[in-house]
Amino acid sequence: MFGNKLEVSMYRYNPEDDKFPYMKQYKIDKPTKDIMVLDLLNLLKEEDQSISYRRSCREGVCGSDGMNINGKNGLACITPISSVIKRNKIELRPLPGLPVIRDLVVDMSEFYAQYEKIKPFLQNETTAPEQERLQSPEDRDKLDGLYECILCACCSTSCPSFWWNPDKFVGPAALLQAYRFLADSRDLKTQERLESLSDPFSVYRCHGIMNCVNVCPKGLNPNKAIGEIKSMLHKNKKDIIVSDKI
Amino acid sequence: MNNIFTNNIKVKEYDALIIGGGGSGMRASLELAKSGLNTAVVSKVFPTRSHTVSAQGGITCAIASADPNDDWRWHMYDTVKGADFIGDQDAIEYLCSEGPKAVFELEHMGLPFSRFKNGRIYQRPFGGQSKDFGKGGQAARTCAAADRTGHALLHTLYQNNVKEGSNFLNEWFAVDLVKNSKDEVTGVIAFSIENGEVAYLKAQATVLATGGAGRIYASTTNALINTGDGLAMALRAGYPAQDMEMWQFHPTGIYGAGSLVTEGCRGEGGYLINKDGERFMERYAPNVKDLAGRDVVARSMVLEILEGRGCGENNDHIFLKLDHLGEEVLNSKLPGICELSRTFAHVDPIYEPIPVVPTCHYMMGGTPTNVSGQAFTRENGTDKLIPGLFSAGEAACVSVHGANRLGGNSLLDLVVFGRATGMHIQDELKSGGGVDSASKSDIDASLERLNKLNESTDGYDTAEVKRELQECMQNYFGVFRRGEFMEKGLQQLNELKNKVVNLHLKDKSDAFNTSRVEAIELQNLYEVALATAVSAFERIESRGAHARDDYPDRDDKNWLCHTIFDPLSKSVSKREVNFQPSKIEAFPPKVRTY
Ligand SMILES: Cc1cc2nc3c(=O)[nH]c(=O)nc-3n(C[C@H](O)[C@H](O)[C@H](O)COP(=O)(O)OP(=O)(O)OC[C@H]3O[C@@H](n4cnc5c(N)ncnc54)[C@H](O)[C@@H]3O)c2cc1C
Ligand code: SF4
Ligand code: SF4
Ligand code: FES
Repeated sequence: MFGNKLEVSMYRYNPEDDKFPYMKQYKIDKPTKDIMVLDLLNLLKEEDQSISYRRSCREGVCGSDGMNINGKNGLACITPISSVIKRNKIELRPLPGLPVIRDLVVDMSEFYAQYEKIKPFLQNETTAPEQERLQSPEDRDKLDGLYECILCACCSTSCPSFWWNPDKFVGPAALLQAYRFLADSRDLKTQERLESLSDPFSVYRCHGIMNCVNVCPKGLNPNKAIGEIKSMLHKNKKDIIVSDKI
Repeated sequence: MNNIFTNNIKVKEYDALIIGGGGSGMRASLELAKSGLNTAVVSKVFPTRSHTVSAQGGITCAIASADPNDDWRWHMYDTVKGADFIGDQDAIEYLCSEGPKAVFELEHMGLPFSRFKNGRIYQRPFGGQSKDFGKGGQAARTCAAADRTGHALLHTLYQNNVKEGSNFLNEWFAVDLVKNSKDEVTGVIAFSIENGEVAYLKAQATVLATGGAGRIYASTTNALINTGDGLAMALRAGYPAQDMEMWQFHPTGIYGAGSLVTEGCRGEGGYLINKDGERFMERYAPNVKDLAGRDVVARSMVLEILEGRGCGENNDHIFLKLDHLGEEVLNSKLPGICELSRTFAHVDPIYEPIPVVPTCHYMMGGTPTNVSGQAFTRENGTDKLIPGLFSAGEAACVSVHGANRLGGNSLLDLVVFGRATGMHIQDELKSGGGVDSASKSDIDASLERLNKLNESTDGYDTAEVKRELQECMQNYFGVFRRGEFMEKGLQQLNELKNKVVNLHLKDKSDAFNTSRVEAIELQNLYEVALATAVSAFERIESRGAHARDDYPDRDDKNWLCHTIFDPLSKSVSKREVNFQPSKIEAFPPKVRTY
């Protein structure tokens, strides 16, 4: 229908002018080569300067430009348009479930608050050696698939449990980090970390819906990490019961 | 955003203000968070989005893990030589000797370094590294967390700032420095990107940790946010910049995209080939081949291309061959590179070589500082400290990188000098140091640029002017430079000035207005570009990254010195290089071969 035109349908909202958000349609010449969604946004912004979105590294490592592209969360800078165009059309929306500041920019405060809640830092109060603390390559391998998270929020904002309880359910991203420290041979606060996650909401609101795994642009698996936490919690509970008896 | 004047501006007061939440800024803030001083970190992006996150290969430091006999003096020798002898040796000594402490601290904070079998930190070879002062062969001195060292480092620093309860002003944009009548710096004018609120952030100590400015070039490995804001703020305030002609072109930026593939690829055994499949670095650097200094490798690649031996349809790039390393090594040591290459070059390095070209990568120059991070200006040929102003990281020029930075030395620079700056500010402020307040008119002066932009009803388009600027720099101030071309470039820059100060900001709204940010960033890029161009034109020799084909030789008699660009007169003067390390004898200049 549009021949050589590409139709971009974009969520627009500027709190100063708009009572409600709306979808705006843009038509743009189909680029001659495959470009990333972020490049497309940059082209559109040259035409309409009022479009707002975050971006920094433009190579998928900083986590700025998570957004909802044709219904799926992803990073605009590493999503080639060829992989998402449907019938000459691309629909761009902000990450779902968080308050919108403007256009494709969401307020991430709740997401960061959950991250801070899990104490995302190594805790080891023993006196540090003069050199590094030793860690075997095998123990270090346990952090692979965990530490690489770029806090883009694609996972948590695709998780229905997080939408309903963003203040109580820690969400896949922060739980992945919770496990990153539980899994680190150098961290000594396993017990405290587990206790703070043992209420009915923090972890147990995850129902294994797997959306998080499907969208993570870094190929990480929060669901698996959550499973590991659950089994640690389970084991911990048993241990406590056993030790109570003794 | 209406026009702002001192009578309607909000004032927020701090002891210390750190502009920048990258590696250097967050290392400084960590030091200050523990001190009880009222400190804030201002960052135009959420801290973990800072460019440090992109660093791949590692942090170079003589921690004696790969080689138990490694010695910081060897690292110092390499760095002095890499810098082509215009790095300050007191600063390089501090960097290399304090380095191990700073790296172990990072490990204690939780940085997930890769490991050797014995449990110590993994180190890989990088370019320009040697044992025994160049006589003992290739060293492996770059500490790595796979090929995601910057990500691991930045997140670890952020995490520890959370632990210490540091105060962040995230998505706040610093516009200009505020100076009082005594020429002291008393903070910055900044605005919240989220809601447009403008404030005068008043401080006793202001640290510029705003990173590099690679976006002055059309093709760069740098993030879109690397626009040299802090350096430009200092230039606009009348403070000088040092060694601005020294820009590192990294040999291996992905052809067409600019994204970096780390030197660690060559450290792990990868090498460059031309269209004939020849490993040409054997000709240019017979001893260390692909691991020569970056300037040397980048120039060799350009020569290959100029002489018609480039790869591809247009013979305009070079191939980086990695497939012989095998899938296992690539997946464990260079997983991020495989990912980037598949995304941006549509090539899987397990099977095919990656197309690469030398790409603008790193700013060796910057605001001149001493080893405590104190910024200085020049008066009658001597250094004069600027009260209240500090700088660290890529924005600063302390000068440990001289005319050419060695791979992995920047991350070390960030943590060593970020830490030193934090320590110094503590000492200074606790012993009663500080600056006087600024007057109303001082503050108004710093609001001028923002107000003008907010008032603009017509003028030039940011995206267009930016493109012109970047192309000018790319064409006339790239890997090879020549006087007559640079003169043309300078003329173009002079013509661009009028456009840059008369940008039209069409969108005047307050909420997350990224056009306002981009317009100011362009003005910052311009300041940095001009300083670069003038300095490059004036240095009539070839040294390190500055290669002139009209002056192909190094000229120690006249140019074994720093350049100082004065933004008021737009002229360049010379400043002597420090040859006085305190613990060992200085390394005298000698011919630099690899
Ligand atoms: C792709 C790539 C790979 C690299 N790999 C390595 C490596 O392996 N090893 C190595 O040693 N070096 C490497 N480098 C170099 C190194 O990463 C950088 O030099 C270093 O990270 C710069 O850190 P920084 O703290 O100075 O600044 P950045 O990390 O760039 O941070 C700048 C900060 O300043 C803030 N800021 C800037 N302007 C403003 C403003 N106007 N208002 C408010 N805030 C502002 C930003 O928000 C940001 O928080 C690499 C560089 C690139 C481009
Ligand atoms: S697996 Fe759990 S965390 Fe992931 S999307 Fe489903 S409910 Fe959310
Ligand atoms: S786990 Fe993946 S999707 Fe979730 S925040 Fe981290 S990188 Fe993003
Ligand atoms: S811009 Fe950094 S992840 Fe996309």
